[in-house]
Amino acid sequence: MKGSAIAIEGLRFAWTRDAPALLDINRFELARGERLFLRGPSGSGKSTLLGLIAGVLEPQAGQIEVLGHDMSALSSARRDRVRADHLGVIFQLFNLVPYLSVVSNVTLPVRFSKARRRAAGGDAGAEARRLLARLGLEDDEILSRRVMDLSVGQQQRVAAARALIGGPGLVIADEPTSALDADTRDRFIELLTDEARRSGAALLFVSHDAALAPHFDRGIDLADINASAHRLETA
Amino acid sequence: MGSILSLAWSSLMNRKGSALLTILAVALSVALFLGVDKARNGAREGFGATISGTDLIVGARSGQVNLLLYSVFRLGDATAEISWPTYEWLRDREDVDWTVPISLGDSHRGYRVMGTTRAYFDRYKYGDGQSLQLAEGHEFEDLFDAVIGAEIARSLGYELGKPLVLTHGLGRAGLQQHENRPFRVVGILEPTGTPVDRTIHVSLEAITAIHVGWETGTRNPMADTITEEMIRSFDLTPKTVTAAFVGLESRGSVLRTKREIDTHRREALLAIIPGVALAQLWEVTAVAERALLAVSLFVIAVGLVSILTSILTSLNERRREMSILRATGARPGHIFFLLVAEAGLLGMIGAVLGVAGVHVILAIAEPLLAARYGISLAGTGPGLVDFYTVLAVTGVSLAIGALPAWLAFRRSLADGLSVKL
Repeated sequence: MKGSAIAIEGLRFAWTRDAPALLDINRFELARGERLFLRGPSGSGKSTLLGLIAGVLEPQAGQIEVLGHDMSALSSARRDRVRADHLGVIFQLFNLVPYLSVVSNVTLPVRFSKARRRAAGGDAGAEARRLLARLGLEDDEILSRRVMDLSVGQQQRVAAARALIGGPGLVIADEPTSALDADTRDRFIELLTDEARRSGAALLFVSHDAALAPHFDRGIDLADINASAHRLETA
Repeated sequence: MGSILSLAWSSLMNRKGSALLTILAVALSVALFLGVDKARNGAREGFGATISGTDLIVGARSGQVNLLLYSVFRLGDATAEISWPTYEWLRDREDVDWTVPISLGDSHRGYRVMGTTRAYFDRYKYGDGQSLQLAEGHEFEDLFDAVIGAEIARSLGYELGKPLVLTHGLGRAGLQQHENRPFRVVGILEPTGTPVDRTIHVSLEAITAIHVGWETGTRNPMADTITEEMIRSFDLTPKTVTAAFVGLESRGSVLRTKREIDTHRREALLAIIPGVALAQLWEVTAVAERALLAVSLFVIAVGLVSILTSILTSLNERRREMSILRATGARPGHIFFLLVAEAGLLGMIGAVLGVAGVHVILAIAEPLLAARYGISLAGTGPGLVDFYTVLAVTGVSLAIGALPAWLAFRRSLADGLSVKL
């Protein structure tokens, strides 16, 4: 467990006390530096699981360890601190804050975390540009555009750079390619996995599209680890 | 905190249109509030500085405020006059050091004409005891000499030697003229910022002279047959005066002297102490002032509510923005502070612009107010009241911002990492 990026044991989560459990996971583990593909259909609880891992949701039972921090035992403020210092997050769409520049969007996590500010070096803007360049966004013309004027693929790369800045130990991506065409999607996943490997971050990539699994070290189906999935299906 | 403030600023810049309108609403409301306050203080200071060094003003019995207004500020009219023998009784009292009689009732192109003695130029003081100074010419010497205030010279373009015809009664037009007895400008006074600037000063005898043939209140058809030489040979001692400024031998006797004048048996008189009458005037106007201030405070409240409206209406469309901030490490407290900071910035910028705006407006309006109403706003530059107003508006804005901030805080906890909108 100490070597895990994520370690879950006996997790149970329901939206209300009387509701049936949406997630009932006996055991789940993601090793440090591992790139894992987690598949599940819409409504299966993927985003909820990511919320639990990120510490914005609390389980009714069980233990969630993120990079050695027992999220279920920490106070809300400490969970916020762990998330700020150690997690990078990429959403499906609308990943960027519309009123910030491309570089300012990438440096957002550095504003909230001293640890990531230190890791990003003295000049967070330069580090942001370096990451953007590695993800194929080095043209000044593109960097000077309003973020909402970028293509969806470009926006997702900006979001990836933001998730990776300051060297977080874990990057979680919630359906980040669902709005991309196949070529752009594959190139995005390659760039993301390469950068995660380079920085040593573990990657938890969640999608409903099973065809993406070959891009990752390992792929699992949420239904295989979530006992509630079977109960919901048979109900 | 600095990074959240810069985020708040960027967020406001992203919503320039609504932010500018909100700032404008706050700025206008603050400008109105401060404008009312400064005009009020300016008026008080201006009125307070109009007369000094005069212990009593004596007129026919009416009201304290009325006597003060018509004798000093040339506002309103006297309801009755004092007879000359009574004035002489007043002048000759042992406890009286000096008197300056004044006679009002005529005008010239809307400006009041005041008959008085040359002692007026020595005895009348304004501000902190300043004396009247002649910018050009000399005091009246001949019967038909006139000394005009600075504002009259400026606005009518009058110079020394300019002939002027007085109008019987008050008003700009339509009244009978004393055109058969023209005056001549022999002196122009330095500006004082008081009603003196808008007064034409002539001798008491001149007032009597131009009314020869007007004993019934209108011009006698035979009046024009009386030549200037004949008039000069008449005894022009006035029969009445409107009021008299009085200086006492000892200020300690002011209450006793006032009581004796008030109880004078031969004629109903009223003696007022200028400072006391002024205080009574402020009591009368205080109700209106408070009402005005209350209205302007309500206008500020409306401006502040516009901050609340502006932020509350933007909250729903900003749920995803809050989620992104949360996912990138912002704690709920950051979200709360972000929205409170936006409200505070809107309030502070609005208040600062309001203060700047009111000072620009007052700087532009100052010459006009000084000329028309003798209200000087020169001493009302940015001061503590402005600072406290900015502080208060910013503070209340921050407090108001707590409501949308709390809603966003709650929502950011409930929404989790991603919002499906």
